[in-house]
Amino acid sequence: MKAQGAWRPKLRRILALVKKETRQMIRDPATIAVGIVLPVILILLFGFGLSLDVSNVPLAVVLEDSSAPAENLLAAFELSPYLHPQVVYSLQTADRLVMTGSVDGILTIPSDFGRRFGAGHATVQLLVHGSDANRARIIESYVDGAVGAWSARQSAEDGTTVAGGPVSIQSRLWFNSANDSHYFLVPGLIVLVMTLIGAFLTAMVVAREWERGTFEALFVTPVRSGEILVGKTVPYFGLGVLGLLLCVVSGRFLFHVPIVGSLVVLLGGSMLYVLVALGMGLLISSYFKNQLVASQLTMLATFMPALMLSGFLFDLRSMPAVIRAITYLLPARYYVSLLQTTFLAGDIWPVILPNAAVLAIMVALLGLASRAVTHKRLG
Amino acid sequence: MTPPVVIGKDLRKTFRARGNGGEVRALDGVSIEVRPGELTALVGPDGAGKTTLIRLMAGLLAADGGTLRVLDIDPAVEPQRVQDRIGYMPQRFGLYEDLSVQENLDLYADLHGVTAAERSQRYPQLMQMTDLGRFTGRLAGRLSGGMKQKLGLACTLVRSPELLLLDEPTVGVDPLSRRELWVIVQHLVREQGLTVLTSTSYLDEAEKAARVLVLHAGKALAQSEPAGVTRVAAGRSLALDPGSGNNARNLQARLLDDPEVIDAVPDGGLVRVVRAGDASAGPARNSIAGLTALPVEPRFEDGFMVLLRGTAAHEAGVDIRLQRPLPAAEAGPVVQVRDLIKRFGDFTAVNDVSFEVRRGEIFGLLGPNGAGKTTTFRMLCGLLPPSGGTLKVAGVDVRSAGAAARARLGYVAQKFSLYGSLTVGENLEFFASAYGLRGGIRRQRIDWAIRQFDLEQHEHTASGELPGGFKQRLAMGAALLHEPHILFLDEPTSGADPLARRAFWRRITALAEQGVTVIVTTHFMQEAEYCDHIAIMDGGRVLAQGSPAEIRRLAHPAEGRQASMEDAFIAVVEAARARAGS
Repeated sequence: MKAQGAWRPKLRRILALVKKETRQMIRDPATIAVGIVLPVILILLFGFGLSLDVSNVPLAVVLEDSSAPAENLLAAFELSPYLHPQVVYSLQTADRLVMTGSVDGILTIPSDFGRRFGAGHATVQLLVHGSDANRARIIESYVDGAVGAWSARQSAEDGTTVAGGPVSIQSRLWFNSANDSHYFLVPGLIVLVMTLIGAFLTAMVVAREWERGTFEALFVTPVRSGEILVGKTVPYFGLGVLGLLLCVVSGRFLFHVPIVGSLVVLLGGSMLYVLVALGMGLLISSYFKNQLVASQLTMLATFMPALMLSGFLFDLRSMPAVIRAITYLLPARYYVSLLQTTFLAGDIWPVILPNAAVLAIMVALLGLASRAVTHKRLG
Repeated sequence: MTPPVVIGKDLRKTFRARGNGGEVRALDGVSIEVRPGELTALVGPDGAGKTTLIRLMAGLLAADGGTLRVLDIDPAVEPQRVQDRIGYMPQRFGLYEDLSVQENLDLYADLHGVTAAERSQRYPQLMQMTDLGRFTGRLAGRLSGGMKQKLGLACTLVRSPELLLLDEPTVGVDPLSRRELWVIVQHLVREQGLTVLTSTSYLDEAEKAARVLVLHAGKALAQSEPAGVTRVAAGRSLALDPGSGNNARNLQARLLDDPEVIDAVPDGGLVRVVRAGDASAGPARNSIAGLTALPVEPRFEDGFMVLLRGTAAHEAGVDIRLQRPLPAAEAGPVVQVRDLIKRFGDFTAVNDVSFEVRRGEIFGLLGPNGAGKTTTFRMLCGLLPPSGGTLKVAGVDVRSAGAAARARLGYVAQKFSLYGSLTVGENLEFFASAYGLRGGIRRQRIDWAIRQFDLEQHEHTASGELPGGFKQRLAMGAALLHEPHILFLDEPTSGADPLARRAFWRRITALAEQGVTVIVTTHFMQEAEYCDHIAIMDGGRVLAQGSPAEIRRLAHPAEGRQASMEDAFIAVVEAARARAGS
C-alpha cells in the first residue's frame, strides 16, 4: 500500500544517504585521490607530456652538390620550424643516423641538382623512417611543402615561368586548424576522467559496503534499494561535474583549446555520460559485491575501452569491422563524438542529438538493471 | 495472552558449499517462538545456524521450507514491512567507520524518520545508557571493540523497534564490555518491555535469557527456559578433588575418556564432572575413577553438554604422544621475559611486561582485544623486534639468535596460517619442508600428525573447506611437525564449539605432561582453569599474574556466588582502569 504522501519520508531518507555518502567521500583519501588528484595529474601529463604534434623533425641532409640552389634549398629547410636538418656528406653516415634513431629521414640533394634546377627539372630524394606510418606521412608532407614553397619562391624571384605555371597545393586542416593535438586530447581526457570518477569510484564504494557488511544493517531499516542507489549516485555525480569543470577550465586556459560549441551542450552531454558511467559502476559492484573484482572489472569494461575504442586515440574508421561493431556498444564512443564536435566544430545538432539520445537510452537501461540487481537480500 | 512476535515452524535453509558443489544444511527443521516482552537467546556453537535463522527473520534471506511469521508478516514475502518495524544488529554491525558517533546515529535516525523532538528525548537516553556521550565527535572506526558494539546497539535503538534482533552482539568483546552490553539489553527488556532475540555462543549469557533455543548443526536441541536446560543434567553434576599434589587438569583429561562421563572441566582446583546415564537412577554412584565425588548443583553448561553429547561424541583417543621424548629438564625457566617493551610510533603496545614459564607448564595470557597479547607473542617468536627489555626463549636471547631459537618453537597464529587451496596433506608437506625435514623423517612426521589429529579422512580436502575444528587441528599438527619444545598458540579456540575446545585442551594437557612448554592466549576466561599460571593483560600491561586459584581470589563475586575467573578478570581490569583514571 503506497500512501500518497510517501514522498516526504522518501526524500528525507535519500537526503540522509546523500549526506552520509558525501561525508565519506570527502573523508576518504582514496576518493579524493581518484576524483581530484588523478584528473589534475592526467591533465598535466596529457597536456604537457604527451603531444602527438610533429615538429622539429630531425632530418639528415646528404649534400652532394655545392651549387647555389642546393645551398639555398638547405637554408630553406633550416628556417622551417617543422624540420631540423643535419648536414652530412655521405649516405652511409646518414644511414647510421637513421639506424640509431637520431634522425627520422634522409634528404639527398644529388650532385646534379644545381645543373638540373637550371634546366627546370631538379629532383631530390627523400627517405623516411616508416615505423610510425602516421608520423612518416606527416614528415613527407612537411618536406614536400618546404620544397614546394621554396621552388615557388625561386620561380617568383627569377621571374621565370615554367610552362603551366607552378601549382602549389594549399592544404588546410579543418576543425583543428592549428593542428594542435591538445585540441583532441583534452576532450579525450575528459572522457577518461569522467569514466574514472563515474564507474571506478562508485564501483569501489558500493562493493566496499557489501564487503564490510554495512549494507546488512542498512537493509533492515525503512530504506528502499532504489533510495540507496540514488544516494550513491548524487554525490558522485557532483564529483564528476567537478572533475569535468577542472578539465574544461584547464583545457581552455592552460592549453587554449577553443570551445566552438555552447557550454550548455558540453555540460549537458557530459552529465549524461557521468550518469552512464555511474550506472555501469553500480551495476558491476552490485553484482559482484567484491572491491577487487569490481575495480578490475570496471577498469576492463569501462576505462580501457574508453581509452582504446572510443575513437579518442585510434580512428574508429581504420578498425576492423568486428572491432568497429563492438565500439557501438561503448558509451564512451558516443561521448567522444559528442565532445569533439562540441569542442571543435560547434553545436552540430545532427551529430549531437543522436549521440545524446543513445547515452540517454543507456542511462535508462543501466538504471533499471542496477535496480534489478540491488535487492535488499543477502546470499 | 498476546500472541508470539515470531513463530517459525520447521524452517529449512540449505546453502551450496563453495568449490566442491556440496551442500551445507544451515537449518534443518527448526521451530522457534519469540514471546513479546521477553529476552530469547539462540545458543549454540559456530555453524549451528544462528545467523541464518536471524537473517530469515530480518527478511534478508528466504527459507527453503517451513513457515515463518514475524509480527504476523511473512518476511520472505514482504521484507520491507518487517524491516520498517524491527531493529537488527548484524554480527559485524555495519557502522560507517569514517563517520563520527553522532553522524552514525543521525543517519539511522533519519532513515527511521525520527523527528527532532523525539531525538532530543531519545539521544540523551541512549548516550547515558551506552556511556558514549563523551565520544560523540569521535570517528566510529576509532572506538574500541566494545564501544563499537554499543554504538551499533544505539543505532538500532534510535526508535523503539517492535522486535530487536541481535546477532552475537558480544563476540570479540572483552568481558568488561560484554557485561555492560548485557546490562543494557536486560534493562531494555525489563524497563521498556522490548522483545529481544539474541544469539550467542557464551553459555553464561544464554542463562540470563527468559527462554533459550539450543541450536546445533542446524537442529534445535531444546527450547525452554534456561532452567529447563540445566535440569537435563539434574543429579549428574559432581565435583572431584584430585587430591593434593595432583593436577586437576590431568585428572580432567583422563576423565573425558571414561564412558561414564559426559563432560569434565577443571574448575577452581576441582574437576566438575557431568555423569552419563539415566538421571532418574538417582545419585547412586558417588565415586568416579576411584575418587570420591561430591554432588553439586548442575549448571546451564552441564545441561548444554548433555544435549550436545546426544548428537555428537567426544573425539575418541585424543591422547597425543610425542615420537621422541623431550630431553630432561634444563635448570631455570624455559621462557624468560623481562621488562619487555614494544612501541609503534608513539603508541606503546607492550609496556614493561615480565613473566617466566617453566618446562612443561601451560602459561595463559588473558586479555581483551588490543591488550598486547599478539604483539608479545610475535616478539617471543622472533617475528617482531622488541623496543626494549630482554627475552630468553629456551636459554637463548631471541634478539641475537633468532633462527636457532626458532627451531625449537612451534607457533600457531590467530587465524591459522594455512594455505586454503592446498589439501591437508599438501599443507603438512609444505610446513615439513619449511622446517627442513627430509626423506624418511619427513614422511614419518607427516604420518604422525595425520594420525594424532585424526585427519585421515580429510587428507585430500582443501584446507580452506575444512570445518573450523579441523582447521585448528591441522594448524596444530603443522606447528608440531618439527617437534618443538615450546608451543605458542594465539587464540586457538576462538570460534570453536565446546566439544572441539575440550578436545583441544586434552591435547595441550597431554603435550604439557610430556614436557612441552605451552604458552597460549585466550579470551575465554574459563579456559584459564587449564593453565598452571596466567597473566592478565590490558592496555599493554600485565595487571596480575599467578596461578588460577590466586587470580580467582582477586574477584569480588556477587552475593552467594562462587567467584569465577571472569569475575576476577573484571575486578582486576576495573581496578587498574580506575587507578589510571584517577
